Amino acid sequence: MTRPPGRPAPAGGLARAAAITATVALTVATLTGCGAGKAPARHTVVVLAASSLTESLTAAARDYEKSHPGTDVQLSFASSSTVVTQVNQGAPADLIALAGETAMAPLEKSRIARDGTRTLAANTLEIATPPGNPGKVTTLADLSRPALRVVLCAATVPCGMAAAKALSAAGVVAHVVSYEINVKATLAKVQLGEADAAIVYHSDVVSAGGRVRGVPIPASVNQRLDYPLVRLSEDTATVAFAAYLLSDQGHQRLRDHGFQLP
Amino acid sequence: MRSVRWARTGLFIPAWIGIAVLLVPMVALLLKADWAGMPDQLAKPSVVPALRLSLMTTSSTLVICALLGTPLAWLLARSTHRLTPWLRALVTVPLVLPPVVGGVALLMAYGREGVVGRTLLEVAGWSIPFTPVAVVFAETFVALPFYVLAVEGSMRGLDRRYDGLAATLGASPWRTFRTVVVPMVAPGIASGSALAWARALGEFGATITFAGNFPGRTQTAPLAVYVALESDPQAAIALSLVMLLVSIVILGLLRGRWLR
Repeated sequence: MTRPPGRPAPAGGLARAAAITATVALTVATLTGCGAGKAPARHTVVVLAASSLTESLTAAARDYEKSHPGTDVQLSFASSSTVVTQVNQGAPADLIALAGETAMAPLEKSRIARDGTRTLAANTLEIATPPGNPGKVTTLADLSRPALRVVLCAATVPCGMAAAKALSAAGVVAHVVSYEINVKATLAKVQLGEADAAIVYHSDVVSAGGRVRGVPIPASVNQRLDYPLVRLSEDTATVAFAAYLLSDQGHQRLRDHGFQLP
Repeated sequence: MRSVRWARTGLFIPAWIGIAVLLVPMVALLLKADWAGMPDQLAKPSVVPALRLSLMTTSSTLVICALLGTPLAWLLARSTHRLTPWLRALVTVPLVLPPVVGGVALLMAYGREGVVGRTLLEVAGWSIPFTPVAVVFAETFVALPFYVLAVEGSMRGLDRRYDGLAATLGASPWRTFRTVVVPMVAPGIASGSALAWARALGEFGATITFAGNFPGRTQTAPLAVYVALESDPQAAIALSLVMLLVSIVILGLLRGRWLR
């Protein structure tokens, strides 16, 4: 892009601008190219899932990627209502997994692939306390004690809705100090020792290992949520990964993390 | 001449794209709002307590910023100690720190199991998380640097001879600070207050992490917007518009000062 000395080039500015644009475009292309993967044979499956599936789906996806080197499973976790809002707003996703059938209601049906809905797993509620159980919580009714700090999920997300149903079925008004935006945020408050008790899923208590203690909720008031696995894409890699999740191997991973089978 | 025109076009296009980047979302908020239903939206039970809590906590934050921040700004402006630049850098850290990280740090410090919080609970029986006090802590943590930097800037621009003059007339350092320094940096205090207040009003990450989310107690306006978005988008838009309006008013007040 050198200009002949002493001669004004009328198009010089334009040429330079074009060169700069080209360089920028090239840089952008290179940068985005990195994310897309080098080999053309790689397939990416984008999965948006309920927070409660964080550990189990991550483990299942890593297993799958190991046995299927050509597939890259990208996972993102949020509350089911956030997932549905994102999909309705056009977020690119191939597969979504939600906590409970109710969470699926606002999902735009036109986005679902033909015959794309299956039940992935089932989950129930459980009380989580810090390992030492400082609030000495043994029953659901204990949650109404004013000295206790109870954290629930917000009523807009499935775990919050289910917890509210269980509490009202038991006739308990819990002493709530905070409504968290998803089940993992709720669990975190117990793990950090800031809350004495939280109502989360059984799978969260199992996945947290020794970092929390579970206190069962009786079956008479407990809520069972069936987790729909919804395919939004006809892509073969997506179909294959969905089939894997529903296979014995996939189910084993979910069971390891405290889920029940549908 | 032509190259000048090209250059100008070449700069105008990205400049206008830049304006669009900033303007489009705000205009979209105005277009998507249900104006007729606005009074009903704002009267919803989730909206009023959130606005009231935001007003109360941000006012408290502002008072704390003024009480602690003004002397701190003076210290930073006047101290010639070799560690002062480091202190100034330290004060700016919360400016660049992601607010959620600030919230985690506050939990580690003042949580029930926290470095200070544990003692506070054992000795005084106080527990800060999940209370409006925690909201003020979070807001102060993120807003104080804005206040300090704005006030320090105007204090540094102040002629030091005024201090000396006041001293020769027999004024104590405290009296000099109170009757000479503070009145002369009043514009800096005003813009620092506006910036700090706006930052406190917008606080989300540190608040939800450290104070939690309970309507009327720790659910400030930004938290209410976030929660409402999934269940009641129109209420979220209405609250967002109130906050947009407040931001514009603050900016208007600041511009009046700066563009005189």
